[in-house]
Amino acid sequence: MREKELEKLKDYKYGFSTDIETIKAPKGLNEEVIKFISNIKKEPEWMLDWRLKAFNRLKVLKEPNWQKPKYPKIDYQNIYYYSAPKSTSEKPKNLKDLDPKILETYNKLGIPLQEQKRLNGIAVDAVFDSVSVATTFKDTLTEKGIIFCSISEAIQKHPDLVKKYIGSVIPINDHYFATLNSAVFTDGSFVYVPPNTRCPMELSTYFRINASDTGQFERTLIIADKGSYVSYLEGCTAPMRDENQLHAANVELVALDNAEIKYSTVQNWYPGDKDGKGGIYNFVTKRGLCKGTNSKISWTQVETGSAITWKYPSCILKGDNSIGEFYSIAITNNHQKADTGTKMIHLGKNTKSKIISKGISAGFSDMTYRGLVDISSKAHNSSNYTQCDSLLMGNKCGAHTVPYIKNKNSESNIAHEATTSKISEEQLHYCQQRGLNSEEAVGLIVNGFCKEVLQQLPMEFAVEAQKLVGISLEGSVG
Amino acid sequence: MENQLKNDFEKIVKTSGFSKKDIDIKKIYLNEFIKKGFPSRKLENWKFSDISQIIKKHIGDLNFYNDYSLPNKIDPSIFVNGLEHNKIVFINGRIEKIEFNYEDENKIEIKDVLELNDKSNFENSLVDLNNAFTNKYYKIVIKENYALKKPLVIYHTTKESLHRKNINLRLDFLLKKNSCLKIIDISNDLSEKNFINILYNFELNQDSILKNYKIDQKTSNNIKYSFNNIDQDINSVSETFILSSGSNFIKNEINCNLNGKYSSAFINGIFSLNEKRHHEIRTSINHLIDNTKSYQLIKSVLENDSKSVYQGKIYVNSDAQKTDGYQLSKAILLSENAEFNAKPELEIYADDVKCSHGSASGNLNQESIFYLMSRGLNYKQAKELLINGFLLDVIEKITDSEIRNLVKSLIGVKE
Repeated sequence: MREKELEKLKDYKYGFSTDIETIKAPKGLNEEVIKFISNIKKEPEWMLDWRLKAFNRLKVLKEPNWQKPKYPKIDYQNIYYYSAPKSTSEKPKNLKDLDPKILETYNKLGIPLQEQKRLNGIAVDAVFDSVSVATTFKDTLTEKGIIFCSISEAIQKHPDLVKKYIGSVIPINDHYFATLNSAVFTDGSFVYVPPNTRCPMELSTYFRINASDTGQFERTLIIADKGSYVSYLEGCTAPMRDENQLHAANVELVALDNAEIKYSTVQNWYPGDKDGKGGIYNFVTKRGLCKGTNSKISWTQVETGSAITWKYPSCILKGDNSIGEFYSIAITNNHQKADTGTKMIHLGKNTKSKIISKGISAGFSDMTYRGLVDISSKAHNSSNYTQCDSLLMGNKCGAHTVPYIKNKNSESNIAHEATTSKISEEQLHYCQQRGLNSEEAVGLIVNGFCKEVLQQLPMEFAVEAQKLVGISLEGSVG
Repeated sequence: MENQLKNDFEKIVKTSGFSKKDIDIKKIYLNEFIKKGFPSRKLENWKFSDISQIIKKHIGDLNFYNDYSLPNKIDPSIFVNGLEHNKIVFINGRIEKIEFNYEDENKIEIKDVLELNDKSNFENSLVDLNNAFTNKYYKIVIKENYALKKPLVIYHTTKESLHRKNINLRLDFLLKKNSCLKIIDISNDLSEKNFINILYNFELNQDSILKNYKIDQKTSNNIKYSFNNIDQDINSVSETFILSSGSNFIKNEINCNLNGKYSSAFINGIFSLNEKRHHEIRTSINHLIDNTKSYQLIKSVLENDSKSVYQGKIYVNSDAQKTDGYQLSKAILLSENAEFNAKPELEIYADDVKCSHGSASGNLNQESIFYLMSRGLNYKQAKELLINGFLLDVIEKITDSEIRNLVKSLIGVKE
């Protein structure tokens, strides 16, 4: 049995689970559970009202079914909506108080939370199951006036900011999963960068699902005030379990005048085993609002994990001269399915957007790029450039492109290009002739194919992502 | 609407000589249509053009019964001048004339088909409507090794008296081995506020060639839907050209199944729209076997409040290795209120393929205008020249020179 476990771990090295005591809310989705969550978080009343409003809305909503990957019906009553390590029911003041087992888990994942060990400063907020367990480098950030904490903490300490911006980009009456999140979200990160401040380090959140039968519903809210800049990273892993687990997060970004937000994700949730058993359903809503003039939001994502990935990080370009960017690599292998892309909604004048999407599918997997570019009639002089390339490995997998292009403004330009191909024999031959084996050769070519996107990632992440690309495709070349 | 449909259906059953079996099959289609109704924007394929709303707003209540007992008089002025051709004339949806004067009689067979097959997959409610209400349809068979000497022009004419009616018509074509057929669809409408639903089925056997040209150029206040299904066998070629310009609303849908190796499909289209016209082309090319090829080029020139939609899909089956699929759509928006929507879709399950699509939309290139004006043209001339060149690109793709010239003269494009 143990050997079998080890064998499995070779494929997905983050697949271990940590054995710790947890506090859970009763299974199921009802008002009591929402009150339980709100109570345990010591939330003010307006927050609970907001959650209940979302819950009432949820009752009339239906799960969307237009997406390509179909999944068995989720029993929402059979999920724990709150699970937290017992030892952190009082949030530790410093790392010494943190349960050593959690610390060990994060070290195993390669996320050292001990600050002194960091050479290049990245502030980390670690979310374990439903709660944020540790945030590093708080002092350095506080000096600058930057708020970086868990969203539960922000609700208590900075209620004005949270109240003003939460739900302003993803309203509580949005689609099913977003509304579900609004009702039951347990934790997440909160970032506020004051005017004319450049955040001195990368901010990062690491999500980890540990307990079984739990859903993870985190909510991230990032606000970049006038003239500020912030770069935010997100990483995620989960243990290997035979059942499917739901992850439905909401991420809201708000960029005011002249502000810039860069949001990078390396998503490596457990993808299920070779036969497609288990894995995470990653149904995430990510939306950024370029509220002010000259603001900019840039999404970069490397999607290698999850049984089903279904997300469309979007930009609403409301401010004049605002810019939205989307860089994505999505890799699916074995029985993974991904339906991902972006939405660029141009509302302001002189708005620009750029979409670079690279999809690689291997094994029996299925990958879809689905994107919307909508230039409204008032968005004069706007432009969009979209490029989506797909690479297929083997004839058991699928690669699809479904762009929606709407142009209602005669002064605006939209250009869209898409190609689908495979790695050519010539390229492989060339590399092999120079001494690489076929797997290395494929790795090299794939990295070249993804280079445009990998370049957008902060350096530390780029190295990790590059490795991840290699690992995900292992065994797909025969 | 349900009662209207049922009553009109009863009238048709009474006045036409359908067999009991046919009536039963037609009833299945009728019930299927009653269940689904006109497609609305909730359906992915009708996302950009909600025909149920368009009919409601533009026509109101429809009448599904047409009296086909009396022949209509054919006005010869509708015929295309200076082009020798074979004719099929529809007036108010009734076939008035089928004439193959230029051809060898033994090589063409016209079958009066009454029997329906019940093999429809009920995916398209307008096809169900067509199957339920078509009064009579013909199957035209081109025999082996015969290429028609002259093109076949199909005239779709409606008279003033026709009002708030739904017309359903259908033709089937079978191109046997190594045969060749050229078709031109031309519409002339004097009527207003009708919904015309056209269904063509093409079956292309080995080595056959179909050239299918659709010309919707004359102003018309009718709502139209045309569905062409093309099944292609080994080494067959289909070429479709659509000029979409005159009707108030028209949606041309082409479904092409490349079933045989080395078969290829070409679809080219022009939207040249003004006023409040709203046109759509939706294509679906299914590469079902290896070594097949498809090519699509769609260009739009949009003025005033017009709107064009292009939904193009390339589907590649996992057996269809060595597929070559290409798709390009371009639009020039000349007015502030014009709108271009596109959904170029790829669905690919085979790895050794070459598929790409592109889409671009925007205004005329100001640098090009400046270039031409600095050489002495005024703004209007410069603009015309650029649009001319933009559209010529598509027209040059028409492989039949006679028809190419006809299209050129129709939309005033010069070389």
